Amino acid sequence: MSQSSAQAKPEIALPRPTGLRGFASDWASDQRAFKNVSWGKAMMWIFLLSDTFIFGCFLVAYMTARVSTAIAWPNPSTVFALNIGGKEIPLILIAIMTFVLISSSGTMAMAVNYGYRRDRRKAAILMLITALFGAIFVGMQAFEWTKLITEGVRPWGNPWGAAQFGSTFFMITGFHGTHVSIGVIFLIVIARKVWRGDFDTERRGFFTSRKGNYEIVEIMGLYWHFVDLVWVFIFAFFYLW
Amino acid sequence: MEQPVTHSQTQVLTHTDHQQHPIKLYLVVWGLLFFLSVCSYMVDYLGFQHYLRWGLILLFMILKAGLIVAIFMHMAWERLALVYAVILPPILVLVFVALMTSEAHYTLFTRMTFFGIAQ
Repeated sequence: MSQSSAQAKPEIALPRPTGLRGFASDWASDQRAFKNVSWGKAMMWIFLLSDTFIFGCFLVAYMTARVSTAIAWPNPSTVFALNIGGKEIPLILIAIMTFVLISSSGTMAMAVNYGYRRDRRKAAILMLITALFGAIFVGMQAFEWTKLITEGVRPWGNPWGAAQFGSTFFMITGFHGTHVSIGVIFLIVIARKVWRGDFDTERRGFFTSRKGNYEIVEIMGLYWHFVDLVWVFIFAFFYLW
Repeated sequence: MEQPVTHSQTQVLTHTDHQQHPIKLYLVVWGLLFFLSVCSYMVDYLGFQHYLRWGLILLFMILKAGLIVAIFMHMAWERLALVYAVILPPILVLVFVALMTSEAHYTLFTRMTFFGIAQ
């Protein structure tokens, strides 16, 4: 490859323009628009952008249903209240779920950091902790679904008000929970590779037959943080509004 | 063969462009996200209503989303070419929101007028 000759004299390359001029020259160049981002990271961002539109459409549909119904919307504050010690605490389960997901984002961010430092054990353990938080989140969501279904919430009706409450609730939280579940599986797969030292020994991938590197931890992290990001919007619009 | 050499040079130079930041930064952001989540929970717990409620919910939501995207997803350190490609299209969803708000109000109006289910 011409890589060796390039490494010998890298100081020849001109510095890239920054700011808006950099934006214009990156997009106007005939090579690639995302100059210092690998194809893997760029593709994850583009996937997340498309996923943003999916969840955006769900939330817009929810807004439309809630605005257009002439029957009162059930009050999420009381619907999602839990009876703890003989006292009704509003939204407490959802608040705990929020804290669990934020914590998982914190451990994920640190896993990316340790990955780039090639500290594979710490990176793998932090990823497994992230996966554990994710599994706890899905478990609490299963509990929440069970509770609401036993109370009579169905996609076509519920005991408290507008019928659309059930369909939007199951659709939005169901899709989000699916994303978390897929993320947990993704985390475990990558954590195993990191733990085994695949990115230090340059072991080839099972499906791709290509050598990987620690950037996959950051790409995995982008997906995980996105799941947390979507929850921020669901929490604000569905549970708090 | 001047062109291919410069091309591969840029790739080599940028290949080492890893996102490496001090752990402390992540811990601070983690703490801030906890604090903001407590704040948004308190909006419900203290029973704020109407514009105060909606304003505070949106404020805490935007701050949390901004922190996650900027720091945890490293967007603050990416080049503008990627930042704009990812951030601008979702903002256009607001146009869709505006369309559907007007449409939903019209649906509500017809339901009230012609089906007589106004309460």
